[in-house]
Amino acid sequence: MNRLLLAAIVLVALLPFASGSSFLLNLATLTALSAVLGQAWNIAGGFGGLTSFGHAAFFGLGAYAAAILQTKLGWNPWIGLPAAALLGAAAGGVIGFCVFRAGLRGSYFALVTLAFAEGFRILATSLDFTGGGSGLFVKLQPGLAHFQFTDRRVSYAITLTLLAIATFAAWRLTKGRFGAQLMAVRENEDAARALGVRVVRTKALALALSGGLTALAGVLYVQTSLYLDPNIAFSPERSVEMLLVAMVGGAGTVAGPILGAIVLHLIADTTRTYIETPGFAPMLYGVVLLVIVAVLPGGLARIRRRARA
Amino acid sequence: MLEVSGLTRRFGGLLAVDDVSLLVPRGRITALIGPNGAGKTTTFAMIAGFVRPDSGVVRLDGKDISGWPAERISQAGMVRTFQITQPFAGLTVAENIRVGAFLRLSHADEAMHRAREIGTHLGLGAFLDRPASSLTVSGRKRLELARALATEPKLLLLDEVMAGLNPTEVVAIIDLIKGLREGGLTILLIEHLMQAVAALADHVYVLAEGHMIAEGTARTIASDARVIEAYLGHGAAHRMTHG
Repeated sequence: MNRLLLAAIVLVALLPFASGSSFLLNLATLTALSAVLGQAWNIAGGFGGLTSFGHAAFFGLGAYAAAILQTKLGWNPWIGLPAAALLGAAAGGVIGFCVFRAGLRGSYFALVTLAFAEGFRILATSLDFTGGGSGLFVKLQPGLAHFQFTDRRVSYAITLTLLAIATFAAWRLTKGRFGAQLMAVRENEDAARALGVRVVRTKALALALSGGLTALAGVLYVQTSLYLDPNIAFSPERSVEMLLVAMVGGAGTVAGPILGAIVLHLIADTTRTYIETPGFAPMLYGVVLLVIVAVLPGGLARIRRRARA
Repeated sequence: MLEVSGLTRRFGGLLAVDDVSLLVPRGRITALIGPNGAGKTTTFAMIAGFVRPDSGVVRLDGKDISGWPAERISQAGMVRTFQITQPFAGLTVAENIRVGAFLRLSHADEAMHRAREIGTHLGLGAFLDRPASSLTVSGRKRLELARALATEPKLLLLDEVMAGLNPTEVVAIIDLIKGLREGGLTILLIEHLMQAVAALADHVYVLAEGHMIAEGTARTIASDARVIEAYLGHGAAHRMTHG
């Protein structure tokens, strides 16, 4: 059954390559990017129970790192890519260590992450080297050497690769020691400590892993759109979308964020086609989240498990 | 093996534990008893690193571990269970135990194998793949024990493992704990149930209102006037012998 689901997902993911329709490729790339972001959030928020409301902080850090290294320092984006990932991971690790050391959990942790994202947004707006409120343009230099792709199939393939990496990381969590300790911490911190789990370290590492992956997605975004401003990078909507994708699909499951991204994008894009009222799609997101929380609190990926139980 | 001296903890104006000292010799079962509110659980929490003592020294194998965080103490080989069971509710029973096994084993399959072995040994064999939240009280107590054992401790701190169990289950757990001692494990337990203390403990400490009021074998403790008074109220000892 699991293999069947996997095969179906892979097939659907490959379909846009065959069709060659640029509309479909665009939709698929955006969906895959959402899935990457949801999966990255899921690693900390789903498996670790670290419900962040400010993951845009990591997305924006990665995006700005790549953009600034190119435009201001002339670095090749292929160097910017690992640099951004390291920056995102370091930010996650440091923020995590300080916040968890201070014993902040649950909604306090959510508020702190939100504050970090907002703080970065204000910094990006007011500093010079980030281009301020008018943002940064990355020079158009198509080609593999500059990590820019005019062929939509290539950017889709790269987004899928990143999704595969993030999903592999999540899958590893369900198999190994670190993941087991992380889930133990999510379920009961005191019991985990009694069994020798280093709680602060475990949570900070999870946030570092999650932050690094989120930053990578930020780089991908910059390389595709070639433009970045503080609102794109650090907007609360970005943070909310990440957690929404994971929670609708199933936080703490490997397939959840992928399912969530597909469902949410299908809803958003179909409604956008038929209903032009601005703000209708976000409202619909809200309704979907309410329905999921009320009917299926574990998310879509847990439907089968519930059916069995 | 465990040496506690002068342990003191104050909560606001309340002196919860006052100058408590005790010794837990290797390979023995030592019990800490006392009426409700005597400070047993606070003493335990301080020994295991969950509550910082205001003063006092805890030595494990001669090493001063006072003020160490709980996770470091578990790594050093002293592991506690909780009176109010703390399962990882969203995980299966086997996964729960595996978290303990991961303290010494890094390989996932090995840890899972060990976890299932211990779970089966503790009578949880039929429940290994069920969610921990589905266990009964007795199952949860066994799970606490199984998780702690999976860490391969040298010294086990058991906080009221018999509370809430029926007489048959109590007998089963007593046998199990006896088996652990025969396996060479050192145990310090908090217990309310005198039947269990009498059956298990080589040495008993009695705590009342934060003070250590008596120590000895279970038999001498049961006839100690101070202990009877602490449990049954002032004048009880006199009434019992002359009443």
